[in-house]
Amino acid sequence: MHLCPTTRIPRGLPQTIGLARAVFAIAAISTSARAVIALTAPSTWARAVFAIAALFTLLQVDPVLAQAGTETGWINTDRTQALVLGIILTGAILLYVVLASAGRPLFIRKIAGLETVEEAVGRATEMGKPILYVPGLNDMDEVQTIASMNLLGHLATIIAGYDSRLHVPVRKSLVMSVARETVQQSYLSAGRPDAYQEDDIHYVSDAQFAYAAAVDGIIVREKPAACFYLGGFYAESLILAETGNSIGAIQIAGTARPPQLPFFVAACDYTLIGEELFAASAYLSKEPRMLGSLKGQDAGKGIAIVFILAGSALATLETVTGSESVRAFSEIVLWLFR
Amino acid sequence: MRRRIPLIITFVIGLVLITGYFVTRAPFNTLYESFSDYFAIITVFAFILGGGSLLKIHLKRVSSRATDWHYSVVTLVAFLVTLVIGLFKVGNPAGMGGEILAAGSWLRFMFDGVYNPLSATMFSLLAFFVASASYRAFRARTKEATILLSAALIILLGRTPVGAWMTAWMPESLAFLELPNLANWIMAWPNTAGQRAIMIGIALGVIATSLRIILGIERNYLGRGE
Repeated sequence: MHLCPTTRIPRGLPQTIGLARAVFAIAAISTSARAVIALTAPSTWARAVFAIAALFTLLQVDPVLAQAGTETGWINTDRTQALVLGIILTGAILLYVVLASAGRPLFIRKIAGLETVEEAVGRATEMGKPILYVPGLNDMDEVQTIASMNLLGHLATIIAGYDSRLHVPVRKSLVMSVARETVQQSYLSAGRPDAYQEDDIHYVSDAQFAYAAAVDGIIVREKPAACFYLGGFYAESLILAETGNSIGAIQIAGTARPPQLPFFVAACDYTLIGEELFAASAYLSKEPRMLGSLKGQDAGKGIAIVFILAGSALATLETVTGSESVRAFSEIVLWLFR
Repeated sequence: MRRRIPLIITFVIGLVLITGYFVTRAPFNTLYESFSDYFAIITVFAFILGGGSLLKIHLKRVSSRATDWHYSVVTLVAFLVTLVIGLFKVGNPAGMGGEILAAGSWLRFMFDGVYNPLSATMFSLLAFFVASASYRAFRARTKEATILLSAALIILLGRTPVGAWMTAWMPESLAFLELPNLANWIMAWPNTAGQRAIMIGIALGVIATSLRIILGIERNYLGRGE
């Protein structure tokens, strides 16, 4: 065998590895193509399972392909777990989107806070008072704010139908621009473009407590009948919610920041906890593909539960039996969540 | 077309940024930083819109003598004075080349003497709001509220010297029932389990929302008109 004098690697080995990588690359491309075909074809469980399995293989769960990826240095191996879990969850969500598109009926549990939206708007109309919508403190680069804007679109459509006034004070200029565009389009689609008031969606201040003070002032002076706090909130969450509570407004809040959830639960009538904020737009739209993605989220939770139970069982078994094979399985589950 | 082009841009950028998270080679690995820079630049220009909206609304309120118009005068004066002092670095010892919040500058004075105390005042309101919200939440009217009240009392006492003093007499075999230990147990187990469950739900919600936006299923942020 001829060895390279500097690296001591057999001559021709890099070329062989390169050829192997090319073969794996072609296999990966063909697998991905099959996966896409399987996902877009009329839905059956077998095809869906195949699609997820194929995607799983493509994204380096296959140890050989994973090794090839590591050697070429293209894939950040520190993030392989995130990639694998992302693929599993994405596959589950896409699967349900396809199933819902094909007309399969899906059961979605009722979310009390969202069932009350129309009632809150109706109450405001009867009382002749405005509706306050606070989209949180974050800018448009935060997914909570995007979810909040989606929800604002639905709410604005309902409000346009009831002929109520919507007041949206914002902390970020970019959020103001997006909110104005969203609300205007909602009023337009509701057939009430004349009712849209641009100045009701306005910038207040970038400073956290200046914004909180301004919104508190609006609540106290205008006494809105309904207050919506939906988006990313920080220490000002309780200041806003308690002020709204003091004027007797019906309050619906939602955030994906767990430290602020207890404050909203204590001070508001309804709270969308974490994932419910992201589900709200799909829930209100009743559009099959959107509802399918919600069902996919639930499937993701099912997968998480399976992994948690499997991990707990394997860890217990490993402690009790000391078996090496159980330990190996346990390591795989641990690796996924490391 | 007005909706299709933004959808295509969202799809391509979303896909490229996801790829950038997992790929180590240029240009993918630097894309996130580049897009963050673009976002910061757009935000700076958007601030002109925000400032313009603030001026327009409050000038209108003052000129039409709307209800509580005098608050708008305060807002306008505070905004314009701060803007001029900040832009021209009034009183800055190093002139226009100095740091924006240099010691001795007028802006620093306003920051320390006006902005910080006002922010602290708003923040301190939390103490009173926590008390009133807790009073409502902890009224033992239902089974759940009673559990909440019990857990809150244990944590409250367990985190203070009084709690340790109250249960210090317990024998070694019952040390786990001492209030500080009970408080630690509640925080480490039931509380962590609940928080993690919420976090898992949030992570799934973020993935689902991102997918809906990238694939163009969710279009509400573009307006609902077809």
